[in-house]
Amino acid sequence: MLKNFEPNKIFLITSKAPKYILFAFIIIISIGLIEALIISPEDYIQSHSVRIMYVHVPSAWISLGTFSVIAILSFVILIFKNKSFILIAKSLAPSGLVFNIIALVTGSIWGKPTWGTWWAWDARITSMLILALFYIIYILAWRIYDGTEKVDKVTSLIAILGAINIPIIKYSVDWWSTLHQPASINIFVKTSIHSSMIVPLALMTAAFALFSILIFLMKYNTELIKIKNKGLDRL
Amino acid sequence: MYGKKVKLRLLFLSFIFLIIILSVFLILKSLEENVVYFISPTEIKNLPEIDITKRIRVGGMVKEETIKLNQNQISFVITDFKNEINVTYSGAVPNLFSEGKGVVAEGYLKDRSFFNAKKILAKHDENYMPPEVKEALEATK
Repeated sequence: MLKNFEPNKIFLITSKAPKYILFAFIIIISIGLIEALIISPEDYIQSHSVRIMYVHVPSAWISLGTFSVIAILSFVILIFKNKSFILIAKSLAPSGLVFNIIALVTGSIWGKPTWGTWWAWDARITSMLILALFYIIYILAWRIYDGTEKVDKVTSLIAILGAINIPIIKYSVDWWSTLHQPASINIFVKTSIHSSMIVPLALMTAAFALFSILIFLMKYNTELIKIKNKGLDRL
Repeated sequence: MYGKKVKLRLLFLSFIFLIIILSVFLILKSLEENVVYFISPTEIKNLPEIDITKRIRVGGMVKEETIKLNQNQISFVITDFKNEINVTYSGAVPNLFSEGKGVVAEGYLKDRSFFNAKKILAKHDENYMPPEVKEALEATK
């Protein structure tokens, strides 16, 4: 079933989707930014620097989510030799890396006024930096092994190895003493963020997710066109 | 359902994956001392021996009503609600540094109950709320 993705049929959809997604993105980011920067209240202790959280947390979530998807796709690629997932995994990486870097930079900007330091080598921040390195290695591997037979295997293995880091990032704040605070949003336990701050957080997460899908589709379409131009009718 | 080759690849990859997870776990376990960002006053009390030349980090809560300012030195008590340690520090403290809040002090031990800090970091907790909500919470206490 998975092997029968027709590149031409996919391209019909993926080449039209970006403009609708861009439209939805602009609407949601506008509402999200108004909520995050103007309407939402300041924090009782951090005052206005809490607004950095509305960029930092969604970026971190999306970079983690994107890498998880790449790792799962890579697993399927290696086990079932699925060809159509290869380009999807490859096209997801750039936006994941960008959001990872945004999370690190905004975290640093938030850390200075809150903690009193730009950077700390604690478990959460270091594991997040390792994720960024995995993204870079993954993208570089695509460049270095471009056009060779083993490119699928090498990149997929890198993604699967990097996936071990994902639960470490998630649980680093529980397993070790870190400067970074533990998770505020919990599925099973009561969330410790006030509801007036959840709204902009949810909107910004939706907006960033749409943006990363947009960047993914643009990259994916470019890859499809590249294959077409090579005169190859296989994916 | 799937061919023999697919099953073999699945088995092989899962095996490698498990071995790497196990080795990562063992590495992190043996490096635990370096992975933790700070240690608690209780852990300092239980240290077999203390090294006064080693720069370490101690973390916990700033005990209520213990912050004292004299000239350009500040002293306070870090507690983990079991044990405490006295800290002295001269320099600027972060804005979030206050009584009843989390703190990480970096510096040198003088002995098991005195710590000379060279750097103070404030620790933020996982609670986010507007000031009015905080006041309401305080009022109901």
